Amino acid sequence: MRFSVLQFPGANSDQDCLHAVRVLGHEARYLWHKESEIGGTDAVLVPGGFSYGDYLRAGAIARFSPIMQALVRFANEGGLVLGICNGFQILCEAGLLPGALIRNRELHFRCEHVFLKIANPETPFTRVAPDSGVIRVPIAHGEGCYFADQETLSRLTESRRILWQYCDQEGTPSEDANPNGSVQNIAGVCNEKGNVAGLMPHPERACEPVIGSAEGASVLESMIQTLSERGQH
Amino acid sequence: MKAKITITPKKAVLDPQGKAVLNALEHLGYDGVGDVRVGKYLELDVASDSPEFRRTLDEACHRFLSNPVIEDYHVEFE
Repeated sequence: MRFSVLQFPGANSDQDCLHAVRVLGHEARYLWHKESEIGGTDAVLVPGGFSYGDYLRAGAIARFSPIMQALVRFANEGGLVLGICNGFQILCEAGLLPGALIRNRELHFRCEHVFLKIANPETPFTRVAPDSGVIRVPIAHGEGCYFADQETLSRLTESRRILWQYCDQEGTPSEDANPNGSVQNIAGVCNEKGNVAGLMPHPERACEPVIGSAEGASVLESMIQTLSERGQH
Repeated sequence: MKAKITITPKKAVLDPQGKAVLNALEHLGYDGVGDVRVGKYLELDVASDSPEFRRTLDEACHRFLSNPVIEDYHVEFE
């Protein structure tokens, strides 16, 4: 499979994304924010960081960059897109995903490993979930508190579009396990068509046991399995 | 001429910054404050306040300067 990793000024997990895809034995390349075409690509990763210094709001400026117009077209045609951390914020700002990310409840920047419950294991981003339904991955964010109005939340719940929730080791999405105050412990969601997803934690930073956890690999592996079934190589 | 834009978090949105400021005010003995909301203030140099320009700026506020999911905005010309 061929992944493209968007590169904005101020991104910092673009290299992690590229590395993770290659570790899993697939192709990855960078796509500069000034490009206006996605080109030959099976899936796109929108990486974490502080695009454009997070000025105004996280993701607010990045969403208007030329590559984002191309990304919207790619997504509308059914292409798989995963936004990680700042990438999640950018996809929400772009209207590709519902809701918004605001300042963490306790105002602290949280940098640690968390447990995520796979709330829906039947999506292109979660289907390779472990039997436990829980993965351990790192977070690193100051503005990761997911917010959506009540109507949006009901819609997300009914259509099973909440994909990941912060939980304890047993998989219970408890208040204590919520690192940032996200409503319903939401760590990540997907769009209506199910081909665009975003999450605040960093699965790409948990793809090798040597760096503390390899459980994040299941997210990328889910995408790869989906693409193989679609007949994309 | 200036367009003064105030952006504040919506009522339903948690504002941890506002809460922290309120706590600090109480600690410092400044009583009588019920709630604090921390927002943003933008001052734009503009050429006109014509109805047409007001519509343009309104669109910019809605589409870019604020995020309607979490924020309200208010524009004043001076």
